Amino acid sequence: MTLALKLTDLAKTFEVGKRLLRPPKALVRAVQPVTLSVEKGETLGIVGESGCGKSTLARMLVGLLEPSGGTIEIEGEPLNTADPAEFGKRIQYVFQDPISSLNPRKTIRQIMEAPLRHLHGMDREARARRISEIFASVNLREEFLDRYPHEFSGGQAQRIGIARALAADARILILDEPVSALDVSVQAQVLNLLRDLKSEFDLTYLFISHDLAVVEAVSDRVAVLYFGAVVEVGRAEDVFARPRHPYTKLLAESAPVVGRKLSAPEGRETELPDPMNPPKGCAFRARCPRASGQCEEVPPLKRTPEGSYVACFHPLET
Amino acid sequence: MSFLRLLARNRLALAGLIVMVCVVVLALITPLLPLADPNVTNTADRFQRPFTEGAALGTDHLGRDLLSRLLHGTRLSLAVGFAAAVIAATLGAAIGIVAGFYGGRTDNIIMRGVDMLMAFPYILLALAIVAALGPGLLNALIAVAAVNIPFFARNIRGVTVGIVHKEFVDAARLSGMSDLRIIVTEVLPNVIPVIVIAMSTTVGWMILETAGLSFLGLGSQPPVADLGSMLGEARSALITNPHTSVVPGTMILIIVMAINLLGDGVRDALDPRLKSGALNRPMPTTLVDRKGPVPQPKEGGALLSIDGLKTEFHVKDRVYKAVGGVTLSVRPGECLGLIGESGSGKSVTALSVMGLVASPPGVITGGAVHFEGQDLVGAPYAHLRKMRGDRVAYIFQDPLATLHPLYTVGDQLIEAVQSHHATPKSEARAHAIDLLKSVRIPNAEKRIDSYPHEMSGGMRQRVGIAMALANDPDVIIADEPTTALDVTVQAQILSLLDDLRRERGLAIVFITHDFGVVAQLCDRVAVMYAGRIVEEGPTDAILNAPSHPYTSRLMACVPELGGGRRELAAIPGLPPVVDRLPEGCAFADRCHKAQEACRRGEIELVDNGPSRTVRCIAPEPVTEAAQ
Ligand SMILES: Nc1ncnc2c1ncn2[C@@H]1O[C@H](COP(=O)(O)OP(=O)(O)OP(=O)(O)O)[C@@H](O)[C@H]1O
Ligand code: SF4
Ligand code: SF4
Ligand SMILES: [Mg+2]
Repeated sequence: MTLALKLTDLAKTFEVGKRLLRPPKALVRAVQPVTLSVEKGETLGIVGESGCGKSTLARMLVGLLEPSGGTIEIEGEPLNTADPAEFGKRIQYVFQDPISSLNPRKTIRQIMEAPLRHLHGMDREARARRISEIFASVNLREEFLDRYPHEFSGGQAQRIGIARALAADARILILDEPVSALDVSVQAQVLNLLRDLKSEFDLTYLFISHDLAVVEAVSDRVAVLYFGAVVEVGRAEDVFARPRHPYTKLLAESAPVVGRKLSAPEGRETELPDPMNPPKGCAFRARCPRASGQCEEVPPLKRTPEGSYVACFHPLET
Repeated sequence: MSFLRLLARNRLALAGLIVMVCVVVLALITPLLPLADPNVTNTADRFQRPFTEGAALGTDHLGRDLLSRLLHGTRLSLAVGFAAAVIAATLGAAIGIVAGFYGGRTDNIIMRGVDMLMAFPYILLALAIVAALGPGLLNALIAVAAVNIPFFARNIRGVTVGIVHKEFVDAARLSGMSDLRIIVTEVLPNVIPVIVIAMSTTVGWMILETAGLSFLGLGSQPPVADLGSMLGEARSALITNPHTSVVPGTMILIIVMAINLLGDGVRDALDPRLKSGALNRPMPTTLVDRKGPVPQPKEGGALLSIDGLKTEFHVKDRVYKAVGGVTLSVRPGECLGLIGESGSGKSVTALSVMGLVASPPGVITGGAVHFEGQDLVGAPYAHLRKMRGDRVAYIFQDPLATLHPLYTVGDQLIEAVQSHHATPKSEARAHAIDLLKSVRIPNAEKRIDSYPHEMSGGMRQRVGIAMALANDPDVIIADEPTTALDVTVQAQILSLLDDLRRERGLAIVFITHDFGVVAQLCDRVAVMYAGRIVEEGPTDAILNAPSHPYTSRLMACVPELGGGRRELAAIPGLPPVVDRLPEGCAFADRCHKAQEACRRGEIELVDNGPSRTVRCIAPEPVTEAAQ
């Protein structure tokens, strides 16, 4: 089995309140050292709540942010330059907000041509040919090419964003909340399109979302992030159905599901950890019903007999 | 072009434009006109009055023809003013873009420098520069341009920072573009409108500043004169021969006024808000223009009932039928879910209840909203204001939009209490703390003095709910209150709302697009599509056996947790645009059961089993089991 993507101890610390000539006021550890690998042709889902570091992780993977530590290997080759142009040919990004990811003052053709020209140095004719191929794959009409972004609905704009990512001819796509800005009926259209493209172009996906049901529906494996760290990785059909980590369980129980009684799965007083003032040991400790004295240490991500990974001293039984 | 049309709509700007065009044309053709040489002195004819033979505007203290000097002076003043504006805009924009684009230390150093320059009084700085460089028109130009650079740099930097954080700039980076290329092709086109606006509003001042320097003898040097130095030379004869001052003075006045009127017009015309009509002053309540009979209140114990409500947006010559005849009602202690896709009219329905739809462009064109049997549509503003917050309260998706960033949450809660009931401050504060406790804010006594930005999204939403509860309302209209929240926080807020309605008998109208939320919280649900209710009934019945094709297909295309990996049944196409609704069923273009009859005319909402209604001629059968 070949790996499309391998992260080893990838971490990012932000300095907040930067001042001229003086050290910053505080450090925020947005992504704790993360080790993950994605197989070729796989869809790895990444879920977590706002501020847990999903987008920071994703932006490091495409070179838009420089990691503060760790390594990224793409298809077996290390890439640690934080140069989006280097990454662009191998790994591309589909943005959350389809409209704001398209420059309002450029035609769709200009937007589509940029990667072909700057990453692949194609001539005019080759570009036109490639664009028609891609547009055919994402079900967009070629007459759209000479229009401007504001003329499109969210769903169409997101198809254009996907088309642009495909134009770079990368084999790995980072999909950062690709459907959260879309209407439910359009969301399904885009998700199905992504599935078709994956087999057509032999792609590997990293699918980031806060919507558990969507992630479960599209992923092979799911990684759950809490407070910048991976707390559980497992097969999509197991992660929420049979959670091992107490946090995953909390997430799964909080999601509103038709036919389940309304309940607040945890006390209302609980507060989320403060990134400027991180808790010691397990970050989930203050909210965890299973916490013990041992949890004052940071639990390592360990392989379970079933082949999933859990970072917890007292994982739930399946 | 729509820009020119918008500009022309502003009469004053149009006048400014016309005057400016005349002045500029006159200045351009000055050398071609049969005028006397402006710099030839003829002391014999000094101080001739205007309208004398051979000197239409008279002559100055050296007998030079004033008309000729005026036109040449205008030419010079305009040229210097425009040149200064272009230089200041170019350099300022370049500095601003570099600072905004690179950020970090570069930005810090550049902006410190700019701040330092801005700390000096304007004209003093210009004087200092001219003093250092020596008098002369070119030096005056440099000085005026230099003192205006910080203004441009600051403005453009702000705009650039906003653009650099847009996702399309990241996308350009991933397309392999270099920084320079990104600046030129991605950032610059988006800041040019701002540069134009800044220029059009400052060029008038720059002309005035140059004239000021010349007036002091630091600008144009004799015998050549611009408007400022003409005025300066006429100073000594101000009393005896006022026309020598009035002539250049009037020209300065005309130019600066015309440019500033035009500049304001340009700024407004380029402002995107103007196009949507948002700059018109909104009315305190939504405009009501009901055609047809007003429905009478119905019997049946409903606390709030919306009856045939129609709300439209009239934008230019288009009519958007955002709400096309909606009928809904809630009883005390009941929770009604309103579900639909974006643009289906859920929010407009909710806002129409209390006349909160912005007018213009919003107009309520039909129906009624009865609260305890009393029609709220068209009720006097004073009455609505008394009801707003007191009897019917709102919770919005973004709590930051309702909370003022500069006041503590306590102050705002206290104000909310006091605005409807005269309560002493200490009592109101105690009440505010109770409210925060009732929405389970931990450590309420302390948290009451926090500012909104010091709280997390979930906490702010709880404060939003506390505000809504401040006056113990009878109805709460919650417009997607949990959409922006994380699932764990959402679960807490939902169960909080559920407790509140059970404890206090609140009626809740809950707007959402999430079936899971509806299922857990709502007793009844109404499904909206293209401004109308397509199906309504008890939540369990509808979710177990949806009847309207739209309801069933919408449910099928949202994945549900626990289903594992699967294909989703998407609905093809898009919802119709509400200014061009098709005849008949609005869903027909996307419906797999559509038949010819569906497109033929109005389809009524009809009864469909016990307390259920549906708007479809071929609904799915409701089986006994599902009821
Ligand atoms: N100020 C306005 N001017 C013109 N049209 C408007 C205005 N506000 C809303 N509309 C239109 O009214 C229709 C209904 O909008 P509404 O906001 O009620 O939808 P919604 O169902 O609440 O959607 P969402 O789920 O996105 O909140 C839309 O077509 C919208 O474009
Ligand atoms: S390590 Fe301890 S505190 Fe952390 S999740 Fe496991 S049981 Fe809970
Ligand atoms: S009325 Fe016709 S088109 Fe409309 S939903 Fe029913 S079957 Fe479909
Ligand atoms: Mg809305």
